[in-house]
Amino acid sequence: MSARNRELFGLFGVGLLVTAGFTAVFTADTVDTAKIGNTSLIYGGYFFGVCLAIHVVMRLRLPNADPYLFPLVALLAAFGLVLLFRIEDSLAFKQATLFLVSLGIFLAIVLVFRDYMVLERYRYLIAVGGILLLLSPRLLIDHAVVDRTGAYINADLGFTSFQPAELAKICVVIFLASYLRDRREVLIVGARRFLGLTLPPLKHLGPLLVVWGAAMLMLIFIRDLGSSLMLFGGFLAILYVATNRVSFVIIGMLLFLVGFAFLAQTVPHVQERVEIWQDPFAVDGPAGAQQLQQSLFAQANGGLFGEGLGQSLIELPRTFKVHCSGGLTFPDCNSILPAPHTDFIYAVAVDELGLFGGAAIICIYGLIGARGFRTAVIAPDGFSKLLAVGLSAVFVLQAFVIIGGVTQVIPLTGVTLPFISFGGSSVIANMILVALLLMISDRARSETWRGDEVRL
Amino acid sequence: MNAPIYRLYATLLLLLTVLVGYTSRWTVFDAEELRENTFNKRPLLESQGIPRGEIRSIDGEVIARSVPEGQGSQRIYKREYPLGALFGHPVGYDFINTGLTGIEASENDALIGKTGEFATLLEELQGKSEEGDDLVLTLDADAQRLATSQLEAIGFGSVVAIEPATGAIRVMASNPGFDPNSAATTSGLEAFYQDDATSPLLQRAIQSAYPPGSTMKVVSAVAAIDSGQFTPDSIVDGTDGQLIDGVPLHNFAGESPGMITLTTALTDSVNTAWANVGEALGAETYFEYMDRFGFNQQPELDYPANLMRASGVRQEDGTLIDASDPVDIGRVAIGQERLTVTPLQMAEVAAAVANDGDLMKPQLVAEVVDPDGRVDPVEPQKQSDVMSPATAEAVTVMMVSVTENGTAAGLTVGDSPFAGKTGTAELGGGRAGCDLPNQVWFIGFAPADDPQIAVAATVECSAETGGAVAGPIATAVMSELLG
Repeated sequence: MSARNRELFGLFGVGLLVTAGFTAVFTADTVDTAKIGNTSLIYGGYFFGVCLAIHVVMRLRLPNADPYLFPLVALLAAFGLVLLFRIEDSLAFKQATLFLVSLGIFLAIVLVFRDYMVLERYRYLIAVGGILLLLSPRLLIDHAVVDRTGAYINADLGFTSFQPAELAKICVVIFLASYLRDRREVLIVGARRFLGLTLPPLKHLGPLLVVWGAAMLMLIFIRDLGSSLMLFGGFLAILYVATNRVSFVIIGMLLFLVGFAFLAQTVPHVQERVEIWQDPFAVDGPAGAQQLQQSLFAQANGGLFGEGLGQSLIELPRTFKVHCSGGLTFPDCNSILPAPHTDFIYAVAVDELGLFGGAAIICIYGLIGARGFRTAVIAPDGFSKLLAVGLSAVFVLQAFVIIGGVTQVIPLTGVTLPFISFGGSSVIANMILVALLLMISDRARSETWRGDEVRL
Repeated sequence: MNAPIYRLYATLLLLLTVLVGYTSRWTVFDAEELRENTFNKRPLLESQGIPRGEIRSIDGEVIARSVPEGQGSQRIYKREYPLGALFGHPVGYDFINTGLTGIEASENDALIGKTGEFATLLEELQGKSEEGDDLVLTLDADAQRLATSQLEAIGFGSVVAIEPATGAIRVMASNPGFDPNSAATTSGLEAFYQDDATSPLLQRAIQSAYPPGSTMKVVSAVAAIDSGQFTPDSIVDGTDGQLIDGVPLHNFAGESPGMITLTTALTDSVNTAWANVGEALGAETYFEYMDRFGFNQQPELDYPANLMRASGVRQEDGTLIDASDPVDIGRVAIGQERLTVTPLQMAEVAAAVANDGDLMKPQLVAEVVDPDGRVDPVEPQKQSDVMSPATAEAVTVMMVSVTENGTAAGLTVGDSPFAGKTGTAELGGGRAGCDLPNQVWFIGFAPADDPQIAVAATVECSAETGGAVAGPIATAVMSELLG
């Protein structure tokens, strides 16, 4: 079977899953039995139709691209849409619109912006753009939205709120891939051994410290622990692959830990997060602990197999409803879990689909990572390799950071679960990320095997 | 550059594996602990979305039912009690704002259909929605209604009727009662709590601390005969004014019948005779028989423990004493001293005699009916072997003599002979809201030759005697149940 036929096959399966998912939600809502038959099929049909359109463009423009990436992304989107529909149906319709917009951008990139190699030429421009994006919530201080966790993650653009860190992560990865492809030789050759560690030459250490400083600045100014962890992790991943020096990674981690430890002592916002992470049930613990508690309760409630789609408790029963100030509506208010549609959507998934559902979602991120790193392995040039590594690592790390926060593996932070959480910036940025990966993959597979499809 | 890529991917996979590990920790290994965590309000919230089972009386009247409110996943069920105050005691209530109590609390698992995770999964695969089991109580609505109206006409008090052979409680009435529908709001419930004059939330059938008076002489008769130290024809001294534990004891109205048989002593309820019996038996033997009847311990009733009171002799600090503590056993034997009891306990005394000496565990639930209509009857269970059948028969004859020739003469239950014992505990009056001196009692069972129902009835603050006040209530309830 050719790559694109395999892709089509996968997409068809995802379309069926979407239908099944909506059917499950409708079945749980016994009032709307009439919707079960037709509406589920129509939603499944729409979903498959949109995927099919993208698939046709891929046949024309990226015939050799990885056949599994797009169906896997579609699978995550399917999970996301069904879960969002189950939380609040209007969210799913908004998210579906956002997916259409992001797919439009995807098509624009694939059709118009044919050669991603030109990105290398504009790396400093892209780097500056990325940093400006990161700082934008503080620069547009009048429009900054301090979210419920106290982080300046959103920038209010009037018509929509926008999470610049999502786009910035791509800019940073492009810059680092390009920069480190250039400097890897000198970093390796000029290295000195000191106290058993291999240190990079001093004059090249500067840019690394700049990246570290940027991550720390993010922590202080934007108070965004999650994004800085994800970006710094992506940086270390690219650095490691470029230099093959574990010591560089260890130095980087130590630097980050030192900076983080310092911040945890001084910045109340970070300190509170760490306290909650250490003991979410502390007697006199911070009030914010309630978020993590509810997340753990939701997962415990799910058990092995979950309550079933549409069957768990998310919206508070009528008699428990509180007055929502500031025009907030469910799910921003009156939800037993805070932010069930964004930060805590993984807990909702485990509540409804159980350990098996949660593990399935984690597996999908692992598989997308596998396709991304596979692309990096077969990529013919250094920039493509490092770019694929960076994009894949950042994507998997983003999933790790938020799921890890929700499951108490690491302190809780506010990043979205790629393609599942509600939110335009996240969907658009990650779709751009996938478009780049597919373009690298198409180029790699075309050049390496010249259409020898059978060997992946 | 490919080797580091593989190692990097392996590292990331390791991180993802940790996520799966932690997810399984919360969903499986620590799940039970999290579900029981006090911060976790999910069980309470979720139970509101489950249609709670109906509670019905044995004669088919609906005592409690759940009515839906709202749509879809927002649907919740609210409890409704169509019979109002009739079964406020002992059924209790279940509301979001005020919690749950009574049978609603003790049978909560059945009422919300709670089963293990595996059973739940099976039901999910079969497409069943969560639904509670219905309960059929042993209580009889008509008899409860009669008992309640009789009490309401006379005063505060309680009636408990038990089927001797099974322990099934047929009537458990306490006056005053409360309408559980009014307990739905905290203000409504608070009003009940604030009502010190009537204490409507006090379930007198199982929470009261009443002196049993002469009804205790049935326990004394059982101990006397079953221990082998006395027979119904043994002669005891019933002279008025004897020193008991160093203090002169008087008979009712100062009567002084002299040397009499045990049967006569019960028939005419002669205090001094029974005090002598108690002293002859000694505290150890007497407490042994009290224990067999279920005194000195929580009732073996499946009911919230904080809503039940153990009957027995209590010190001032409220702790129960045992045979080794100093006690005036002569006065215990006539229902005085520091002895306090509940009507349920005295009904169990009558029931044990009626059931050939075997005390059955008291029960309020007759059947559990699952949503598919499968009926699971609650099996009767023996609580203790109180006395030999011969003793039971002898004491029955003595108690029949009470209703035919003694303090309960003139009362009838149908045409057949029945057994009984009156009690008139003199408290001296003067308590808040109660100027009249007597706590009046009647315990008994009918018919005497084949007992079908045992009963205890008591009324607070009466100017009259047990035979005159409590007796007619008890016989009316027994007649209704035998009807």
